[in-house]
Amino acid sequence: MIRKITTIACMLLIAAVSVNCSNDDDNNDIKNETKAMYVLEDQMGRPAINTVFVATEDKDDFNTTIPSEQGAKYASKFKTNLEALSPAFNESTDTNALGQDATAFTTLLATDVLNVSLDGKTSFYDGSDGTLLTGRNLTDDVITTELLLIFGGEDFDENPTLSDDHVDANDKEFLTEFPYLASPW
Amino acid sequence: MKTSKILLGLATIALVSGAIIAADHIDAPDVKGGTSDITDFYAFEGASASNLVFVANVQGLISPENSASAKFDKDVMVEINIDTDGDNIEDLVIQAVPNGNNMDVYGPAVPNETGGVSTMLDAKFKSSVAVTTYGTTQIAATVNASLVSGVKAFAGLRDDPFFMDFAKYTEIIGGTATSFDNPGADTFAESNVLSVVVEVPKTMIGGTGTINTWVTTKRKQ
Repeated sequence: MIRKITTIACMLLIAAVSVNCSNDDDNNDIKNETKAMYVLEDQMGRPAINTVFVATEDKDDFNTTIPSEQGAKYASKFKTNLEALSPAFNESTDTNALGQDATAFTTLLATDVLNVSLDGKTSFYDGSDGTLLTGRNLTDDVITTELLLIFGGEDFDENPTLSDDHVDANDKEFLTEFPYLASPW
Repeated sequence: MKTSKILLGLATIALVSGAIIAADHIDAPDVKGGTSDITDFYAFEGASASNLVFVANVQGLISPENSASAKFDKDVMVEINIDTDGDNIEDLVIQAVPNGNNMDVYGPAVPNETGGVSTMLDAKFKSSVAVTTYGTTQIAATVNASLVSGVKAFAGLRDDPFFMDFAKYTEIIGGTATSFDNPGADTFAESNVLSVVVEVPKTMIGGTGTINTWVTTKRKQ
């Protein structure tokens, strides 16, 4: 199915380019004829969203649904999955520690983009000062943050055995300068 | 709150998501284990507060033994998408495309088209950096076209920066464990990924405010 859509998209693009060229007798557009097309295969914004919230049969589709169309297509599915997954969301009045009920939380997550501030501290979540969703640092313990938001309930104190994997840092120190990532093993 | 309810919930999600989890490693059947499989995406303020850093990693769980032969796929573009006006449609892109022993990095610049199909940006937006060979420590210098002066790029193997007790999570959703261990064990310890790191002046991506960003891999047709 996806392949079919891709093929159709390619054909349309080829058609558009061809029309362009035939309308242009001075051949300035010849570059367009040879311009390679690259077609979407995988994407991500926030960590672990496709893995946790998307059903197996939808995973490839989620990867090839552009973010501006993900919310309408996936928010209600995410909500169903969240409520099935977490006892912290088994009452309709339940919220996570951000005060989001299941609808608000999954509406945010279904559009899988990373929100990043250009004006200061960047972090997925920093409990020490409450910085939230202003980027993603290498050191951010994003899985524990997500487990807490999924299982931790209103005060991060529900389901404690499931809301922290107790791996809090990388196995190698990150660099303070470019390229920031640690050297390979 | 009851254990039985928790286990029921976890059993359900095991059916929903399959018994795999990671940041985005091996997330879906079509890309799992392939050369376009994104493992992670980061965006953070650089060592200079004037810059933002994007990290896009692909092809995870590369062992040290397999690292010398690991390489970027010449037909896979890693594209960083930047929405500056809040509609979740890319206003700017950065495109990393392997070119021989180099990684060519185009942008940030307005894309030729938005959505699922991309063509390469014009060469006037090109930076280029040698792909760092496994086993060497020197970080290669980036060569910039004048329009993208100030863009710094790295491409090559790095330690996978992702950390999680994935093995225990798998046991929990498989029903053979009921809680995480403390301390947990990092399943991604001592494994490498292929990384593309691009540091850009914030002035090139909107300057101020909030951006929405995501990474895509796209295959040449």
